[in-house]
Amino acid sequence: MSVNINIKNAVKRYGENTILSGLSVNIKEGELFTLLGPSGCGKTTLLRMIAGFNSIEGGEFYFNDAVINQMSPSKRNIGMVFQNYAIFPHLTVRENVKFGLKNRKLTKDEMNRLTDEMLRTMQIEQYADRLPEKLSGGQQQRVALARAIVIKPDVLLMDEPLSNLDAKLRVEMRSVIRDIQRSVGITTVYVTHDQEEAMSISDRIAVMKDGYIQHIGTPKNIYQRPANTFVATFIGRSNMIKGQLKLNNQQSILKIHNTDFEMTTLKKTVEQNQDVIVSIRPEEFFITDDITQMKGEVLDYIFLGLNTHYTVKLESDELIEIVIESSIDSIIKPGTTIHLGLKLEKINVFTQDGKENLVTGVENDHVQEKA
Amino acid sequence: MSKRKLDIWTTISFVILITYVLFLIYPMFNLVVESLVNKETQTLSFEYYQKFFRFPYYSNTLINSFKVTVAVTFLTLLIGTPMAYFFNMYEIKGKSWLQILIIISSMSAPFIGAYSWILLLGRNGVITNFFKSVLNIQIPDIYGFNGILMVLTLQLFPLIFLYINGAMKNVDNTLLEAAENLGYTGLKRFKTIVFPLILPTILAGSLLVFMRAFADFGTPMLIGEGYRTFPVLIFSEFIGEVSGDRGFAAAISIIAIGITTVFFLVQSYISNRKKFSMSALHPIEPKKIGGIKNVLLHLYIYIVIGVAMLPQGYVIYTSFLNTKGMLFVDGYSFMSYTQAFKRLGNSIQNTFVIGGLSLVIIVLLAILIAYISVRRPNILTKLIDTLSMIPYIIPGSVLGISLLAAFLTPPLRLAGGVTIMVIALVIRRLPYTIRSSAAILQQISISIEEAAISLGASNLKTFFKITVPMMSAGVIAGAILSWTTIITELATGIILYTGRTKTLTIAIYTEVIRGNYGIAAALSTILTILTAGSLILFMKFSKNKDLSV
Repeated sequence: MSVNINIKNAVKRYGENTILSGLSVNIKEGELFTLLGPSGCGKTTLLRMIAGFNSIEGGEFYFNDAVINQMSPSKRNIGMVFQNYAIFPHLTVRENVKFGLKNRKLTKDEMNRLTDEMLRTMQIEQYADRLPEKLSGGQQQRVALARAIVIKPDVLLMDEPLSNLDAKLRVEMRSVIRDIQRSVGITTVYVTHDQEEAMSISDRIAVMKDGYIQHIGTPKNIYQRPANTFVATFIGRSNMIKGQLKLNNQQSILKIHNTDFEMTTLKKTVEQNQDVIVSIRPEEFFITDDITQMKGEVLDYIFLGLNTHYTVKLESDELIEIVIESSIDSIIKPGTTIHLGLKLEKINVFTQDGKENLVTGVENDHVQEKA
Repeated sequence: MSKRKLDIWTTISFVILITYVLFLIYPMFNLVVESLVNKETQTLSFEYYQKFFRFPYYSNTLINSFKVTVAVTFLTLLIGTPMAYFFNMYEIKGKSWLQILIIISSMSAPFIGAYSWILLLGRNGVITNFFKSVLNIQIPDIYGFNGILMVLTLQLFPLIFLYINGAMKNVDNTLLEAAENLGYTGLKRFKTIVFPLILPTILAGSLLVFMRAFADFGTPMLIGEGYRTFPVLIFSEFIGEVSGDRGFAAAISIIAIGITTVFFLVQSYISNRKKFSMSALHPIEPKKIGGIKNVLLHLYIYIVIGVAMLPQGYVIYTSFLNTKGMLFVDGYSFMSYTQAFKRLGNSIQNTFVIGGLSLVIIVLLAILIAYISVRRPNILTKLIDTLSMIPYIIPGSVLGISLLAAFLTPPLRLAGGVTIMVIALVIRRLPYTIRSSAAILQQISISIEEAAISLGASNLKTFFKITVPMMSAGVIAGAILSWTTIITELATGIILYTGRTKTLTIAIYTEVIRGNYGIAAALSTILTILTAGSLILFMKFSKNKDLSV
């Protein structure tokens, strides 16, 4: 049975230090919800509060309708996968997986059946009677996951589970985790600082910074319509360029240095002329022959196979990065002057302070409650 | 012109091997021969062994030693394990001070504890008399089995504590959290997770306690009275003015080594099967607990440590009492100290000369042996490594006997001199120092040495300019620990010393035997100050405060 996790005004303090001051989030039943942010943003702290390993200094944590603030970690019926796996080194793979079941009211047969089933699902049955130190990182990861899921927990918590694996295994384990989570349909909270990992496995992502949630949304929405400049730069790469909005009755003009662009995606509520920050991802530029477009000088390039990345200096002296699909024999040499067009429907425009996206389509499930 | 050039390390390996053959293998071999040859007929015979097992007077000492040793090992585990567990799991007031007290009490010579307990709980002890005269209660006798058990338990539980304390530091907190997460808490979690994880350490600690208790000579000698143990028998058979019989003593020694070997092998067999590597990314964080649990926890820890420190404290107290002949009388003064310096001043000097010389040789050899066995593994170095561990299972008194017998006559007539005392201390202490040096060396990446060699430094230059300096902090810390065991060594020294080479510890022992408790107390206090001083030095040099004994 999966649950809905509702967190209202969570507060976490370590002595004088306030890590979280009134954080609210609602995690839906059965979804894979990722807490994403740079180190020190409070994501692991929040996860450990859900698990019960960190005390809760304020606010309420609900599993469905039950407040769990004071419940001991052993009673919360949570499956947890730790960053270093925390596999018991003195127990075999099978004993590790069976460990949590021994505490449930199950018959021996039932227990063995569940264990074997889980070993098979995770494809670790051939290592069942080995000690964990003989296993590779990926196999250990599978054991940790099997141990956490086999007890049929209400909630699965994962604390940077892939950070100790090499790049290739990480990609492989992502889909393992994703598949298992889907098939079991268990509410999962996943912590990572790796945005690509978060994008690839999550139903929804909460981007965190300094103890505050910046944006909760689907990977697609967070990437395409980030709520603020932090999210825009933290998720993927974005060029942040100065611009001005000039509004009149007929049209909204975005002026970047000497070039005017007509914007059709701005919110209706945007009524004032103002200085803005324009966020353009490298792939949202295209090279054009149209000399009325933005002018720039190629400084350097990196050939990466599928794409070629160019560093370009704009007339305003701002340095930007653009990505163009590589084609045969056409690398643009440094020193060349080029003209750049914009895929206007894709770019984002932020207020001068970077706190608000002026483009329509931002879906932020997070409502910041004022303290 | 030049012949095949020998690697400098091969040469060093051979020199070390020859040293071991001369000062360990030869004396041991000699001991075996003595135990098997009848002195009068000069023929091979097992009569000494038969004699031992035929007369309960002798063979009972074996059973006695066994009982004491097993009981001590068990009790030290029972006291030391929970204490180390609590120290790591919960917040305890004055933790670092308590830890220092535990270490100090582990470092004093056991027989000093024995004699202090006699002053407190003996027939005419302070506490005994108090109970008798004020409360009219006759408290149980401290002599014999119970006394040995109490003194050795209080003396040796710190070793278990230090071992397990170190192991607990390697238990990753997430393992405990994972267990809790799966529904295991408290005692259940200790049983299923913590205990199996620290079991190899428990076994290693038990073996050390077993060896120490089995080989301890001073405690049963002072407090055992009729309850004679193995080392007492060896000593009295060898030194005994009436019944001195060297062949017989040799036979008993061989039996003793046989027993310790069996235990050593059993222990290493079990712990090799239970071994797994642990390193804690997230060490356990001590938690605060409240209420009655917290009170009981503190009571337990403070009482045990208090009782363990009591004999030390009382000895220091009595050292300032006035004495009259052999009795303590009212009033305080430095009388005992003046007498001690007047009569036994040079024993302090001897301690520094013999101990210091031993220490230098120990450190040098330990670094060299650790280096060749870690960095140049081959048959030769493997052999040296094995040889160097043999003294671990040889009781001190046995080593003393074998050295004395081997070097009593020319060509190598060392008996009675400083040299033989130094050799004995070096051989006894080396296994420990080699182990700790090897552990340090294993943490240093070999590529650093390879870098030096690729830059043109010779093997020896690389060793002295690169390896040794990198090892130095750890080695110095290990050396200071060795120093404290060297200055409190009794079992070997008591057999090898002469008037000229009497050390502080031996002087204390002989003064206790003579009944000069005042002088003994003064000397003990000096010894305690020396040990505590060394410990402070250790803390300065050692980055982490965990001791490996």
